[in-house]
Amino acid sequence: MAATELITRNWKKKDPSLKAYEAAGGYQQLRKVLKMQPADVTAEVKKSNLRGRGGAGFPTGMKWSFVPANNPKPRYLCVNADESEPGTFKDRYIMEWDPHSMLEGCAIACYALNAHACYIYTRGEYKFPAEVMDKAIAEAYAAGIFGKSVLGSGFQMDCYQVRGAGAYICGEETGLLESLEGKKGWPRLKPPFPAVSGLFGCPTVVNNVETLASLPFIFEMGAEKYAALGTPKSGGTRLIALSGHVNKPGVFECEMKTTLRELIYDLGGGITGGRKLKAVIPGGSSAPVLPASNIDIAMEFEALKDAGTMAGSGAVIAMDDSTCMVRALWRITRFYAEESCGQCTPCREGTPWMTRLLRKIEEGRGQPEDINMLLSVASSIAPFPPMGLGQTICALGDAAALPVHSFLQFFRAEFEEHIRLGRCPFEKPWGSLGEGRFQ
Amino acid sequence: MAAPFDADQQARFDAGIAKLLSQFPNDRKQAAMMGAVRLVQELVGWVPPEGMEQVAQKLEVPVSKVLEVATFYVMFFTKKPGKYVIDVCTNISCSLCGAEKLLEGLERKLDVHAGETTADGKFTLREAECLGSCHTAPCLQINEDHHENLSLKQAEELLAKLA
Repeated sequence: MAATELITRNWKKKDPSLKAYEAAGGYQQLRKVLKMQPADVTAEVKKSNLRGRGGAGFPTGMKWSFVPANNPKPRYLCVNADESEPGTFKDRYIMEWDPHSMLEGCAIACYALNAHACYIYTRGEYKFPAEVMDKAIAEAYAAGIFGKSVLGSGFQMDCYQVRGAGAYICGEETGLLESLEGKKGWPRLKPPFPAVSGLFGCPTVVNNVETLASLPFIFEMGAEKYAALGTPKSGGTRLIALSGHVNKPGVFECEMKTTLRELIYDLGGGITGGRKLKAVIPGGSSAPVLPASNIDIAMEFEALKDAGTMAGSGAVIAMDDSTCMVRALWRITRFYAEESCGQCTPCREGTPWMTRLLRKIEEGRGQPEDINMLLSVASSIAPFPPMGLGQTICALGDAAALPVHSFLQFFRAEFEEHIRLGRCPFEKPWGSLGEGRFQ
Repeated sequence: MAAPFDADQQARFDAGIAKLLSQFPNDRKQAAMMGAVRLVQELVGWVPPEGMEQVAQKLEVPVSKVLEVATFYVMFFTKKPGKYVIDVCTNISCSLCGAEKLLEGLERKLDVHAGETTADGKFTLREAECLGSCHTAPCLQINEDHHENLSLKQAEELLAKLA
């Protein structure tokens, strides 16, 4: 269970400068890569079994290989630094404490893709991380890492940071591209996929911050050794963000075989106040919830998928036995209602509808038929199972519906109790439900 | 339409736009939109219609395209906010750790509901969606500056320090 320190190894120094990064061996892997053929770089990444760390978990090398070889248009690399999924805060630390590891990854990816421009789309609320990144980019230009000839190789590459302005939907890759083009972040219909027609209609790869920051280690260790750290289908280590009712919340670099129990009780120091664990959300607020009885499970893509949930963005939220599940689900659903971009009717209308139904149940005004209504609305956004086959253009609809299905699957009795009693049975409510839009 | 900027602001706006445009292909001026709207807000505190018009001219797009962006993103203000905008995160991890009580306390202290501005125009209090500080909950941002691990008392002390 002890974590292998790769991505986090420079964090203790808390020195994001180029000097510190180079002193720790930084940019040596880029030098190595620049002597390889671009196709060999992609092959090595494929061999490493690196899967995207943003949420969907798509194999990175395969994503790169979808860029058509014969398309004469320019190619782009876009960095998804729009970390906004509730529970997720790992990319922020890469940007704050080790920004050059990601920039080295960007340069490696651009070289492999033959892309000459990289746009880092950073979420608007991340003012401090964006300032650190701006400084790091300027340092890299000054040192000849970016610009007309990357480290004297003759390969040209530019890197720019664009800040978002508070829209969760821009973390969806096509919403991100729309925003980068200067529009509201309405996701696009796929296909065509960004690898064929992305930014400005050109072939584009969108990778997450952690995915790119992982690249130097693949070339440092060799793809086989990196792959061996993980499972047969998912190589390397991954960052897990732990929050909620635990004694030591934070970001932990874990091996794929680390279980939820080990994370919560060993790394996270157990549940606050010595209380009992009630439920765990294993991959950001959109991931289906698991009851406490189901935490002896490895935090990797396949195992969590087999358990009916998902690894998502690597955000684990622990809830103790004082948590009202109706209230928790109301809070989660409200987020998606607030953040729905409004493009697809099931999501635009369904997410506030679910929020209103949950508010009604929590306030003791629920009727027995409300539970089936809730399931019906959720199913019209995304049926469950199967997962990922929503009725909307992007996965935000799935993200809103999956928690509703899973909370009711495991904790239906609690919802029924609210309705039967005509009140919330929990003694310590979080506060009033507020005067928000979703009455 | 009246000019949104004074001479100094205009010079900074022009220079800022030129830099933004240099980051994108020549025929893709609209791509500078996010930076351009943010620039207007940095210069005058919000995005007034005159500012949108200036952006539209520089990026060679209809004003409606600028309006669309300025109203879509929650960090852009198309109405003048208070001097200090307080965004309290109330998402799931923060709520589990007391964020809603923090917000309620601030609502009482400032005598406004979330989404409103105090009568003296000093504070705008808002509920923010996840601020990426789930392990240091509850948290808030004041004019985009981040503060975490807050009790209501600490949050009130932060506000008391603001002129």
